[in-house]
Amino acid sequence: MAKVEVKVCLGTTCFVMGGSNLQELNDIIPQKYGDKVELSAANCLGLCSINWEYSKAPYVKVNEEVVSEATVEKVLEEIDKQLGN
Amino acid sequence: MNNMGQAIHLKKEILVRIIKAFLSDDFERQARLIPYDMRPKGMEVPYRCCVYKERAIIKDRTIAGLGFPIEEDDETVSLSDYAKQALERTQISDKNLTVLQTACKGCSTNRIYVTDLCQGCVARPCQSTCKFGAISIINGRSVIDDTKCKKCQMCVNACPYKAIVKISVPCEDSCPVGAIKKDETGFASIDYDKCINCGRCTAACPFGAVHERSQIIDILKAIKSDKKVIAMIAPSIIGQFPGNIYQLKTAIINSGFDDVYEVAQGADITANTEAKEFTGRMEEGQNFMTTSCCAGYNQLIKKHLPEIKPFVSDTKTPLYYTAEIVKKEHPDAITVFVSPCVAKRAEGFENPNVDFVMNYEELGALFIAKKIQILDMEESKYIVESSKQGRNFGYSGGVAESVKKSLKDEDSIKPCIINGLNKDSIKQLKKYATSGVCEGCNLVEVMCCEGGCIGGNATINNQKTAKKLIDNFTQNSEDISKI
Ligand code: SF4
Ligand code: SF4
Ligand code: FES
Repeated sequence: MAKVEVKVCLGTTCFVMGGSNLQELNDIIPQKYGDKVELSAANCLGLCSINWEYSKAPYVKVNEEVVSEATVEKVLEEIDKQLGN
Repeated sequence: MNNMGQAIHLKKEILVRIIKAFLSDDFERQARLIPYDMRPKGMEVPYRCCVYKERAIIKDRTIAGLGFPIEEDDETVSLSDYAKQALERTQISDKNLTVLQTACKGCSTNRIYVTDLCQGCVARPCQSTCKFGAISIINGRSVIDDTKCKKCQMCVNACPYKAIVKISVPCEDSCPVGAIKKDETGFASIDYDKCINCGRCTAACPFGAVHERSQIIDILKAIKSDKKVIAMIAPSIIGQFPGNIYQLKTAIINSGFDDVYEVAQGADITANTEAKEFTGRMEEGQNFMTTSCCAGYNQLIKKHLPEIKPFVSDTKTPLYYTAEIVKKEHPDAITVFVSPCVAKRAEGFENPNVDFVMNYEELGALFIAKKIQILDMEESKYIVESSKQGRNFGYSGGVAESVKKSLKDEDSIKPCIINGLNKDSIKQLKKYATSGVCEGCNLVEVMCCEGGCIGGNATINNQKTAKKLIDNFTQNSEDISKI
C-alpha cells in the first residue's frame, strides 16, 4: 500500500496562526501509524498568500488533500480517511 | 480547534486585519469594515446566535486591538472613530488589560451548587459538615444559602454521591492575587490596584474575553514617521518563530524597524551585576537574595509583598540595561520591546527608555500582514553577541544558572526556584520574607509564569518545543564572562 504523505506547514503564517502546536504530530504519528505515514515539515506551502487566506492557516497537506485551520485531531482524521480506516 | 484555540486564532486574525487596515490607504474605513469582512452577509455563523452578535463581538475585540478599553465602549462610537483616535493619541495607558464583558454572560458565577444527584439521604453529611449553617433541607433535598456559603467546599467533599459541585469562574480561579472578579452584574472586571499583570486570566478564559490593549497602532505610526525605530527582542523569542534569531533580525528589519538588539545583551549585564551583589550580600550576612528580573514578580512585590523588598536584588532587569544602551547609542530612536507577556508592558510603561511594547503574537501578525517568511530571510548578525546564559534567561532555572556561572566560586550559590506565582508560592515567599531565612538555599529565582518567560501569556510555541529549540540554539553560544 502506498504511504500517506503528511506535510505540516511551518512557514511563518502557519506557525503563528497555530501551526506551532502541530509539532505534537512528530510524536503521535510514528506511534500511531508506524511507517504507513510519512511526516515532514515544509516551508510556506503557498496557500496562505492566495487571496489572503491567512485566516484559514495553519495548513497541512495529507497527500493532495489540504487541511485548513489544522489541528492535531483534524489531521489524524484525514489520515484515517486516506488510509481507509 | 478547541474553544481556547479558536479564541486565540480569532484574536490573531483581528490583529492582522488591523495592521493591514493601517497599511492600506484608508485606515479608518478599513478598520470599520473588519467585522463585516470577517462575517460577511449570508455567512454561516460559526460560534454564536447570529451574524450581528458575532460582528459586535469582533468589533469589541478590534477596540482592544486598537488599544482602547472595551469596558468604556458605549456602542455609539464606530471603529473608524476609534481608528482615528488611535492615530491621534500621543499617550498610552498603564491599564494593560481589558475585558470583553459580553463574553462573560455565558459564564456562570463562582458558587457551590447542589446538582440533581442529591439523593436527600438521611445522614445528611453535607449539612452537618457545614460550619456556617448554609445548608438546609427543602423538599427532601439540600439547598445552599448563597449568602451564608463561604465556598469552603467542605460539603463538596462530604457528599458520598458527589452531588455537590463547585462551579468555577476560570478567570477568578486563575488569578493568583484575587484581582479579577465577576461582580453582581455577572461581568468580570479587573482591579488594577491588585493586578500584577501576570496574564493568567487572558489564557484562562475559555471565551478569550480578557484582552491585552495593543500598542500596535502606536508602533506602526512610529515606523511610518521618519524617526528611527529599534526593536529589542526578549531572550525567550528563540523558538517562538521559524528560523533562527539572525533570520528573525532580518525579518524584523524588513517589517519596518531600523535595527534589532537582543535583550540577552542586557541579561548578561543583569547576571554579572546580580552575581556581584549576591557576593556582597552574603558577606554582609544576609541569608538569601531573590532575583529581580521578572516584571510580574516586581509588581507582586510592589502591590502585595513589600516585606520581601529587603531581600530582592537591586540589580536592574535585562530590558532596563538593553534600553539604556540603545538610547545611549541612538538618542532619538523610538524603542520597542518585543515581549512574551503582559507584565512587561507595565515595566515598559514605567521605564522612560522603553517607548512601546509589542508581544510575540503582535509581531507574528505584523509578519503575516507584510507577507514576510522568516525562513526565506538572510541572516543578520547582532552588533553584540550575547552569551549562552543570557540567552537562557527565558526559562525557569536559567536566571539562577547565569548568576552562578558569573561567579568564580560557582559552589557558593545554592539556588532554589519559584517556578510560577500562585497562591502557594506567594505564601512561601511571604514566609521567607517574614522569617528572613530560606532553608538550604541562598539565591531564590522567581518567575511569575510557570516554565519562565517561555510560558508567558503571549507566546506562540508550546513550552516543551520552545525549550528544546532554545537549548539547541544556545549550545553554540559562548559562556558568560566571569566577574
Ligand atoms: S472566565 Fe471570566 S472573563 Fe472569561 S467569560 Fe468567564 S467571567 Fe468572563
Ligand atoms: S493579569 Fe494576573 S493578576 Fe491581573 S487580573 Fe489577570 S490573573 Fe489577576
Ligand atoms: S505559511 Fe503555511 S501556507 Fe504559507
